[in-house]
Amino acid sequence: MKILVCISHVPDTTSKIQFTADGAALDAQGIQFVINPHDEFGLTKALQMKEAGLATQVTALIVGDASVEPTLRKALAIGADDAVRIDARPESGNQVAQWIAEYVQANPYELVLCGIESIDYNGGTVPGLLAHRMGAAFANACIGLELSGTNATVLREIDGGKEKLTASLPLVVAGKKGLVEESELRIPNMRGIMAARTKPLAVVAPSAVAAQVVSKRFEKPVGRTSVRLIDKDNLGELVRLLHEEAKVI
Amino acid sequence: MVLIFAETWNGTFKKSTFEAVQYGAQCAKSLGTEAVAVVFGAASDDLAALGAYGAQRVLHLTNASAFEPIAYGTALAALASQHRARLVVVSATANGKSLTPFVAGAWDAPAITNVLALPTSFAPLAVRRGAFSSKGLEDASAAGDRAVVGLVPNSVGLGTVGTQTAAVEAVETAAAGKSTSVELQVASGKIPLPEAERVVSAGRGMKGPENWNLIEALAQELNAGTACSKPVSDIGWRPHSEHVGQTGIQINPQLYIAIGISGAIQHLAGVSSSKTIVVINSDAEAPFFKAADYGVVGDAFEVVPKLTEALRAFHA
Ligand SMILES: Cc1cc2nc3c(=O)[nH]c(=O)nc-3n(C[C@H](O)[C@H](O)[C@H](O)COP(=O)(O)OP(=O)(O)OC[C@H]3O[C@@H](n4cnc5c(N)ncnc54)[C@H](O)[C@@H]3O)c2cc1C
Ligand SMILES: Nc1ncnc2c1ncn2[C@@H]1O[C@H](COP(=O)(O)O)[C@@H](O)[C@H]1O
Repeated sequence: MKILVCISHVPDTTSKIQFTADGAALDAQGIQFVINPHDEFGLTKALQMKEAGLATQVTALIVGDASVEPTLRKALAIGADDAVRIDARPESGNQVAQWIAEYVQANPYELVLCGIESIDYNGGTVPGLLAHRMGAAFANACIGLELSGTNATVLREIDGGKEKLTASLPLVVAGKKGLVEESELRIPNMRGIMAARTKPLAVVAPSAVAAQVVSKRFEKPVGRTSVRLIDKDNLGELVRLLHEEAKVI
Repeated sequence: MVLIFAETWNGTFKKSTFEAVQYGAQCAKSLGTEAVAVVFGAASDDLAALGAYGAQRVLHLTNASAFEPIAYGTALAALASQHRARLVVVSATANGKSLTPFVAGAWDAPAITNVLALPTSFAPLAVRRGAFSSKGLEDASAAGDRAVVGLVPNSVGLGTVGTQTAAVEAVETAAAGKSTSVELQVASGKIPLPEAERVVSAGRGMKGPENWNLIEALAQELNAGTACSKPVSDIGWRPHSEHVGQTGIQINPQLYIAIGISGAIQHLAGVSSSKTIVVINSDAEAPFFKAADYGVVGDAFEVVPKLTEALRAFHA
């Protein structure tokens, strides 16, 4: 069985986000791009499954231009066997999903691990749209995955709790922390980094797909101006302010 | 027509459902069309009562079984095609987020998710959404004249509620899913975070899990959900489901109280769109104070019980 790990290349979580002067796009200057944090859990899970003998190959895939290659090399250094870059600058989730679906149709994978959302555009649509195009089963907000033959048992987060479900492969999972624990995440070591240089990285040309959603303009939310400090011995005042001023109690 | 996914939990409508129905009804009014809510499976709540939130009709898919994203998404897409809907509105709850791409995929319509406000235009649909985990706001626009809108719970809030009733029609669905739910583990009496109006959250400053009784007592007094910072869930003091922030659950309650949380950029990213933020921290230099409306500099072990007491006196 082969596992495809779909990775979104996103600004590091510590980035201060700025937009270009015309507000049309992210100002990427000075920003460090990383593997989308949710996707790191999927990548580690895939590697663990391979080590447990459940999978024969782990492929990391990004839809992006040449600037995403360091992120793919990092996935290879962490342990993916090979990498695929679909050479496009996506504008909308439907394009990403369709391009990945076309790739999977030509190169079948039984299990596709995605993240619950990209922390940049917070779409949360690619995994489901991909499952739809593949005709595969889907588990969102996945925090546990076990395979037995072609049957999967999935634990997913729901509002206020968890749901356990079963599905047959092919399956698309949108994972998050819990798929593996934070402490299980892997940092590339020297050997991995050296090996990554020679692992295969295929570049695939995209088909023509129109963006269904377009960004018109970005702006930063207005921050809070100043905090009102309340004496720790006068908490009745805080209660009064929450009631009368903020009107939240 | 505007279709709204009217989600139920244990047969009763979720609070986020009323918000989504009102949102859909406002869109329908602007479009000069009808607002129709879709309910799946057995429900104990009165379906006609969705009229009070602006639904003219309710389509009740009486034979639908338990939630399954592909079955539910495909059923909504079939209704949207059949009735030539302009919009499908889905509240971005756990299940709502799961089914949204299947509505979009099967109906071949754009999905605009993380939506925070009413559309500013309908042809084409233009709407404000959150991006970069609350570090940015985006005006997005859908190609074509129809779309699926994923509405963030608590974003537009609930306006005035009327007294109208909706006409209820029973319909059947033939949509099938691809997975089987085998077990639900839901803690009773807990308020799910995405829809909580008030949230009490604590971080490493609480020193250990044995001290969470202080947090829970405050949350109970406020009828609030409980949350935590990422390291608190990573070291196992609290369950992962309480982890809020950029890589956890993103929330925007009316009131967010952060106790013993330093205010790292990743934490703020997931909570800064809360309407009112109160920070309790022993370090007057904690970065969180810069992102707060009200602050108390003090030891949580002293301040939290006193605040709970003050609230008790207020509620009495
Ligand atoms: C990729 C990535 C993603 C991340 N995502 C998230 C995320 O989604 N959510 C998140 O929360 N974090 C996230 N983080 C972690 C984040 O960077 C911080 O490390 C974390 O938020 C700090 O948690 P904390 O405030 O509980 O602990 P600390 O930073 O240790 O702060 C503890 C605070 O408690 C105060 N304190 C101590 N004793 C008391 C007392 N007696 N009374 C009152 N106050 C007291 C201290 O003054 C201090 O401000 C992420 C990090 C990375 C690298
Ligand atoms: N450009 C991309 N290339 C590969 N995978 C992606 C890309 N964008 C999104 N994904 C996958 O889809 C998940 C959800 O992303 P999104 O729907 O964009 O929020 C991510 O966590 C990735 O697993």
